[in-house]
Amino acid sequence: MTSPLPMAVGAGTPVDHTPALLRPFRLIGRTVLAALREIGAISLFSAQVLIACVTPVVYLREVLRQCIKIGFFSLPVVGLTAVFIGAALALNIYTGGSRFNAEQFVPNIVVLGITRELGPVLAGLMLAGRVSAGIAAEIGAMRVTEQIDALLTLSAKPSRYLYAPRVLAAILTLPVLVLVADIIGVMGGYLVGVGALDFSGPAYLRTTWQFVSSGDIVSGLIKAAVFGGIIALMGCYQGDRSKGGAGGVGRAATLAVVGAAVLILASNYILTSIFVRVGL
Amino acid sequence: MTVVRDNAPILQLRGLRKAFGAKHVLHGVDLSVKPGESLVVIGGSGTGKSVTIKCALGLMSPDKGEVLFDGRAATDAKSIETMRRRTGMLFQGGALFDSLTVWENVAFALIYRDGLNRAKARQRAIETLAKVRLGPSVANLRTAELSGGMQKRVGLARAIIGAPDLIFFDEPTTGLDPITADAVNNLIVEQVKALGAAAITITHDMASVRKIADEVAMLHEGRIIWRGPAKNIDASGSPHVDQFVHGRADGPIQPAL
Repeated sequence: MTSPLPMAVGAGTPVDHTPALLRPFRLIGRTVLAALREIGAISLFSAQVLIACVTPVVYLREVLRQCIKIGFFSLPVVGLTAVFIGAALALNIYTGGSRFNAEQFVPNIVVLGITRELGPVLAGLMLAGRVSAGIAAEIGAMRVTEQIDALLTLSAKPSRYLYAPRVLAAILTLPVLVLVADIIGVMGGYLVGVGALDFSGPAYLRTTWQFVSSGDIVSGLIKAAVFGGIIALMGCYQGDRSKGGAGGVGRAATLAVVGAAVLILASNYILTSIFVRVGL
Repeated sequence: MTVVRDNAPILQLRGLRKAFGAKHVLHGVDLSVKPGESLVVIGGSGTGKSVTIKCALGLMSPDKGEVLFDGRAATDAKSIETMRRRTGMLFQGGALFDSLTVWENVAFALIYRDGLNRAKARQRAIETLAKVRLGPSVANLRTAELSGGMQKRVGLARAIIGAPDLIFFDEPTTGLDPITADAVNNLIVEQVKALGAAAITITHDMASVRKIADEVAMLHEGRIIWRGPAKNIDASGSPHVDQFVHGRADGPIQPAL
């Protein structure tokens, strides 16, 4: 008598009965389902952590420790990025502007570009590399060495003790870092403008000060806070689900950086659209 | 407040089943341990010993079966939390938090769960470290500065500081030399007896079994195939137990190669 059930091959591997013509559709379906599953998992994880961020008890000592780790120790990398970007931006704007006698707008466009766009985006991308990977590797190592299981047995929720302090610290410190990046970036433009492009120093600074609006700065800082949340959440999420030893931890760090970078760029567009619409 | 009924098991596992995809690890594990009893679960690699403990502690959800702690089902988050407040766990690799000092590790539950202030928690941690033969000079070290044996002792101190009713030991002597392993076994026996707690230990180490166990259970292919008093381990009548106890490659258990 033949069995109505599909036969198994080897260690429980089912025989593929899908007609060859339909296999590409199955692949597409599986990919879409996997993507939806991932989006759902990230959304649930983020909701859980964000709720932990705003409900007592918040571990202030941990938040402070993470502020120093994420914020203070990122100052050199953000500062260096900003000074070079400000300088290169001034040169590019001067070159482009000279094609239609608009060289005098270098200070205006530098400050606008830095505060609204390049400051938050580049600081976010640099921190996606430095912070998100670091968080994913740290939490991934904790996962594979059973430290997260140990936390649970000691009645400490990882979302509250591990993840919320990191997310809070990133949301709080990234705007500060971006503010610093804005100032350093403008100074980069100033150094090139005065040193290489024959601008008068006081005139450059006066034009910058008169042109920049509070909306330019605030919109950049709002972006920075959102990017901070994304950076820390992606690091925590990928670290939390890592498995399989050192390879798994490395994979988690890579996925955290890639995920954070893509989400930063996508959310930057969405936020910019909103700011343009509301006139910020 | 501890409410333990005499002779009633503090922990019961009933028909636990767990699979990871197509791989079935637990096929219906039944186990129980009474207050003050030390149960050691032996079994080869990959037989589901760690999964059993993780299901018991609510770190994994069994596919079927139930965990009863002190007569009540530990199924939802609240009952699992209640159980965890009355249990301790010594992990195989120690699982000490490497971002914290030794005393902060030991006093973790006192500070973050019970809200004790740090000065009092530190004092309690130093007292508990003394119980596992570690002096106050160790308290401010980072865990990475400790030897394997010291890490196990710090893990033991962290497991017992809350005076639990039940303590789990996951391979407590793995990676230790025989002398340090014997010292750790002695500390486990001493501290479990001092607390009057129940203990469930999983191990491959027969020296640990003989030192720690009141009762021994053997897990094979996801089921408990033998259980009896530790003194009967050499006359169990089970070829599986005999093969394991004598460490022979030949027998009904296939080596995990």
